[in-house]
Amino acid sequence: MIQNMLESTPSYLQTGGFFLVGVAMLMVVLGFVTYAILAERKVLGFMQLRHGPNRVGGRFGLLQTVADILKLLLKEDTIPRDADRPLFIIAPVIAFAPAFLVIAVLPLTERISFANIGVGLLYYIAISGITTIGILAGGWASNNKYALLGSMRSAAQMISYEIPLVMSVIGIVLLTGSLNLNDIIAEQQSVAFLFKQPLAFFIFLIASVAELNRTPFDLPEAESELVAGYHVEYSGFRWAFFMLAEYVYLFAMASLTTILFLGGWQAIPYLTFIPGAVWFGLKFISVVFVMIWIRATFPRLRADQLMSFGWKVLLPLALLNIFLTTIVIELFRSF
Amino acid sequence: MGESLNVYQNSYLFVIMFLILALLLPAIALTAGRFLRPSKPSAEKQTTYESGIEPFHQSWIQYNVRYYLFGLLFVIFDVETVFLYPWAVAYQKLGFFAFIEMMLFIIMLFIGLLYAWKKKVLKWI
Repeated sequence: MIQNMLESTPSYLQTGGFFLVGVAMLMVVLGFVTYAILAERKVLGFMQLRHGPNRVGGRFGLLQTVADILKLLLKEDTIPRDADRPLFIIAPVIAFAPAFLVIAVLPLTERISFANIGVGLLYYIAISGITTIGILAGGWASNNKYALLGSMRSAAQMISYEIPLVMSVIGIVLLTGSLNLNDIIAEQQSVAFLFKQPLAFFIFLIASVAELNRTPFDLPEAESELVAGYHVEYSGFRWAFFMLAEYVYLFAMASLTTILFLGGWQAIPYLTFIPGAVWFGLKFISVVFVMIWIRATFPRLRADQLMSFGWKVLLPLALLNIFLTTIVIELFRSF
Repeated sequence: MGESLNVYQNSYLFVIMFLILALLLPAIALTAGRFLRPSKPSAEKQTTYESGIEPFHQSWIQYNVRYYLFGLLFVIFDVETVFLYPWAVAYQKLGFFAFIEMMLFIIMLFIGLLYAWKKKVLKWI
């Protein structure tokens, strides 16, 4: 259906249709965020030999996050007197908007995909970079020392890990010859890029955890040293939008990992009778699970270790990966 | 031809719709919240949080120059990536000469990274 809408001539009616599709996707993403938070707490709980939330909404705490969101909605919204008021108000929006905007290019299944842009991958990377500005603005506008430290660390970390993240993907672009995510999925029909680009997958996974500001790279909001980092001064729903941005990015990044390295909605051979949506869901959930697993397993890095790991290990490895991929392509071409 | 042009235009319409939604959601949620949440501001509530002590000085201060150096490095390597992407897309058509050229480019930038490394720019104190 969406495909038909994409091919028809632009009109107001059809633009309204796009809007409704967007609303539906927004609901899906919000539903994912609600239950991803619960799932994260549950999985962390089981990994630490405790139960996790089990009071609100039955035995499994199914309504815990819903209750949390309602609580946040009813919280008083304080803006510090010394803060830069306009910037303080606009910063959560700058952080959240790109998180939802990047989802527009992700093809979830063969039927459910939104914008089919030739530069899809570049679009994702370019738009997701804007969030750094939102975090930096939030920390700066708060006029709080912890917030400033947190946002500065965050900016330094996000720009440092963006380079290996972006460069690890070049191997895939080399093999596909296109930045369109649909083409990248089509290229993986027989073998997923996970097996053709294992080094890139390794770099991408680490760099994406760092881009998401998750443990072990959660220095920007290190609770035990910076209180909460860049969002110390935020309360109520403004704070919720920073958290929302983080989890919407989890959705987007896990989808992107699935699309780039695990073959998206493509079935593994001989099991093509299972629909693409199920495959995407399974791969997507396993990526999210790995991210939670990493959080439960690794301790937080030190700031200097973080920076030197990004620049001295991941960046040279990403360059090496480009080099190796081109050599392999050249060898295949000559024989 | 007409069809692919339609896909092109519609894709960007989609992006614009997503942008509108991404801005609408915070606007609606925060406006709805305004009617629901209490508002009892007091002078103490609006002070900056500093672990319980009276906050002193502004925090809009100069900060470590290292962040700036990393910013510069980022710009250099990000521009490199901007060059690498079109090269990677067109590589299958370009052939071996493009390979040599890009390797020279990457090696030169890698030497730059080694220089920064040697000059202890990458060392975080």
